[in-house]
Amino acid sequence: MLRYALRRAVWLLPTLILVTFLVYVALRLGTDPLASYRRTNIRVSKKKVDEYIAANGLYSGAFGYVRGYFQWLWGFITLDWPRSIKGSREVWPHLKDALANSIRLGLVASMVGILVGNAFGVLAALRPGRLRDTLVNSGALVGLAVPPFVSALLLQLLFAVYWQKWFGYALFPVSGVYPPGHQGFDLFLMIKHMALPVVVVAIQSIAVYSRYMRASLLDVLNSEYMRTARSKGISERRVLVHHALRNALIPVTTLAFLDVGAVVGGLIITEGLFEYPGMGRFFLVAYGNGDFPELMPWMVVIIGSVVTFNLLADIAYAKLDPRIRLG
Amino acid sequence: MDPVLSIKDLRVSFRTPAGTVQAVRGVSLDVQPGELVGIVGESGSGKSVSFLSIMGLLPDTATVTGSAVVAGTEMIGVRADQVRSQRGKKIAMIFQDPLSALNPVHRIGAQIVEMIQAHQDVSREAAHSRAVELLDLVGLPQPDVRAKQYPHEFSGGMRQRVMIAMAIANDPDVLIADEPTTALDVTVQAQILEVIENVRQQLRTAVVFITHDLGVVARIADRVEVMYAGNTAERGLVNDIFAAPNHPYTRGLLSSLPSANRERLKPIIGAPPNMISPPSGCAFRARCEHATDACASAGTALVRVGATETSCIRASELQGSRQ
Amino acid sequence: MAESELSSLDASVGLTAESLSPGRLAYRRFLTHKAAVVSVFVLALLVLWVLLSPWTARYGVNEQVFDISKGPNQNLPPADFAWFGTDIIGRDVYSRVLYGVRVSLIIGLASAVFSLALGSLIGAVAGLKGGLFDDIVMRVTDVFLAFPFLVALLVVRNMFGAVGWITVIVGQPSSIRFMVFLFAVFGWMGVARVLRAQVLSLKEREFIEAARALGASNARIIIRHLLPNSIGPMLVSLSLGVVGAIVSEATLSLFGYGPDPGTGATSLGLLVAGSKSAVRAGYWWLALYPFAALLVITLCVSFIGDGLRDAFDPKHGGGR
Repeated sequence: MLRYALRRAVWLLPTLILVTFLVYVALRLGTDPLASYRRTNIRVSKKKVDEYIAANGLYSGAFGYVRGYFQWLWGFITLDWPRSIKGSREVWPHLKDALANSIRLGLVASMVGILVGNAFGVLAALRPGRLRDTLVNSGALVGLAVPPFVSALLLQLLFAVYWQKWFGYALFPVSGVYPPGHQGFDLFLMIKHMALPVVVVAIQSIAVYSRYMRASLLDVLNSEYMRTARSKGISERRVLVHHALRNALIPVTTLAFLDVGAVVGGLIITEGLFEYPGMGRFFLVAYGNGDFPELMPWMVVIIGSVVTFNLLADIAYAKLDPRIRLG
Repeated sequence: MDPVLSIKDLRVSFRTPAGTVQAVRGVSLDVQPGELVGIVGESGSGKSVSFLSIMGLLPDTATVTGSAVVAGTEMIGVRADQVRSQRGKKIAMIFQDPLSALNPVHRIGAQIVEMIQAHQDVSREAAHSRAVELLDLVGLPQPDVRAKQYPHEFSGGMRQRVMIAMAIANDPDVLIADEPTTALDVTVQAQILEVIENVRQQLRTAVVFITHDLGVVARIADRVEVMYAGNTAERGLVNDIFAAPNHPYTRGLLSSLPSANRERLKPIIGAPPNMISPPSGCAFRARCEHATDACASAGTALVRVGATETSCIRASELQGSRQ
Repeated sequence: MAESELSSLDASVGLTAESLSPGRLAYRRFLTHKAAVVSVFVLALLVLWVLLSPWTARYGVNEQVFDISKGPNQNLPPADFAWFGTDIIGRDVYSRVLYGVRVSLIIGLASAVFSLALGSLIGAVAGLKGGLFDDIVMRVTDVFLAFPFLVALLVVRNMFGAVGWITVIVGQPSSIRFMVFLFAVFGWMGVARVLRAQVLSLKEREFIEAARALGASNARIIIRHLLPNSIGPMLVSLSLGVVGAIVSEATLSLFGYGPDPGTGATSLGLLVAGSKSAVRAGYWWLALYPFAALLVITLCVSFIGDGLRDAFDPKHGGGR
């Protein structure tokens, strides 16, 4: 097991380097860091522009891209990150806050989605074709068909705008982590601000997991070894937990690992609409400004997380399913 | 001697979208301790369904009536936990496809231990060493090593041995073997039959061997029960059935067996009847060359003709005409 | 052995069922999925209504319901002269929803057809050829599928937008043609995976072996055997592709990367984007009606997709 994990982990670094290089090229082509620097800082001196080019390694030509990439990579590793185009800020403090906010929102939302979704999926699969199965199945279909921005805007309309109109106060705020000007930590306010975004995300993930779990468990329940398990005369509860769920959870666990890995990327649409200062919003703002020095570290965090959790998902899969050959 | 398994007027039907399927239509059968009874029939003749119903392993869509007493305990029409407490203890079952009958994520040893601990109050260690003994008994080499392995590390034949070891873990009175050799290679088939025969001799377990392979039955069974369309068509000692079959269906089955002194196989023409609306009278009459008008109102009771018991009402006259 | 004789009898039992072509069987199963059948009718009605917009719409795309000189015409709630109310510059929301749905349907269909064609081709070739080409295709799709979708979409959008010859062919990033191109570039991967899997499983089956043994070429095998057998998954992909493109267009528009509203046309995405600020101001009709139209489309297509899946692959339907 350990050998398998290590052998897979060895590939982590080359994958990271290759993918970040591709992203580097795509971003330099797409955002044109030089043009966006000039656009954001009008009437900037020639000297400043040269400094900016040197700091970011924005050399032209195919070789310039390779050279620029390695200069960027070295700077990134040695924590000598170039400052942002807009406002010339340090990138890390800003990115760190965004990361913390996203992880908090994402983890709560995924937990709700995974727990509730799987519970629904199990309930549906245990009585296939019955009322509760039909309810879960079509509920999930509807949940998947509602785009997150629709539920986000409708929830805002209902709980903020109209609640205000009818009852004189907004039940849930529609933006930020804290009200403007708030200082310090306040759990209650934080939960209040997270409530609507969490609901928006949970609708989707509950739908995904309930369908996934239902399909997975139905597959297991129809397999021959379930009959063997029942023929032993063990309790139905043990049959379901020890034999059915144990097998049905294998693909679901893999999906959950991949999902948690994606949490770091933030929930771009939700964060954008709720002006929640997480990774998703960080990206949208940086992308809008064409802020190359902010986008690259963001990408590294995302790619690193996706690749790492992919690896973890594979290891979990191998751990849970002895049929996977580790050799 | 009292039978260890006594089935009386067993009926099983399934609700399906197309209508109610009458899979088993009044089967009665006694099995004596240590006896090996072969149940023969085509797919859909109700042979597997009968015994799954006794084990209480049929889905909710099935309705089961009649009686089946296993070593003194009624299994039909009683509370589910009463059936469960006997299942795996007094009556155990092995299935057709050993490749999918074992849970892929648990070790072989653990799966046998689970079976033992379900019915015996023993420690995990004791159960485990018993499991290793059982694996040894069914002829698995290096049983202590094998017990720690997963099903995918075993061949089909080895997995079927594991299934047998598991089934006999609690020394059951009756072992139901549901086509245990059908999915296996011919050479492996013979080994599995040998294991079953050993088990029967060493543990005095009665075995009900369900198959559509008459060759297998001829090799190991004491008695044969031929099933057709949810009823018993004919029963008798294995030699009598093979030597002097009285039901046209049994004769059809036998003549579709290849053998050295026959030049051409003679398959049975036609297909088994639709069990949603089974025909009245003898269900075989549409495919039977001897059918007469009387067959349309024939009952299903078995009558002794010669050495066997058969449901064919024309059996004795046909027997006369053949001689 | 007797076994073979008996199993041939077993097989004959299966033939007692009415023999129908797979297509007819799928059609029959589809009809048993009530939600899907209702969805087909609802969607057909919507499409018809939208196609007939010269008659069903009440005002032009940019026409105000009445001249501002006759009184304020902006942000009016639903009324006789404007069933769905008016927007920020006094235009009829009902008519604009019709035009918007029309544009969105065109974007959705065009993207889905292009990605289906591209994906089927790549998937089928990857499945049939295997080897290096297959590896590369699967790795590329892996990377894209693992990436946050919107990020990948935006980055690739900018990248293509910076390439001169691409913009010459498909227009600037804010044009509808460019959107279709972008969604097609992203949409083929799902289809390719489905088709590749289909090809791989079909490849194992005997009738393909038989065709090969008879000397059929790859192209012939694809056209005569694989495509007809893949029609079910392809239809499902097509329906998902249409919805995917419509929702993607709306999402891009929401963040200001959709079609250019300056060109005078509208789309569901632009209507949804416009509603973002309207929601905070409490003009619910500006959000509700475009959302309703969008939801009717996504829901109907989801149910139709579900029905198609059940129809072509009954074992995965799980009782209903």
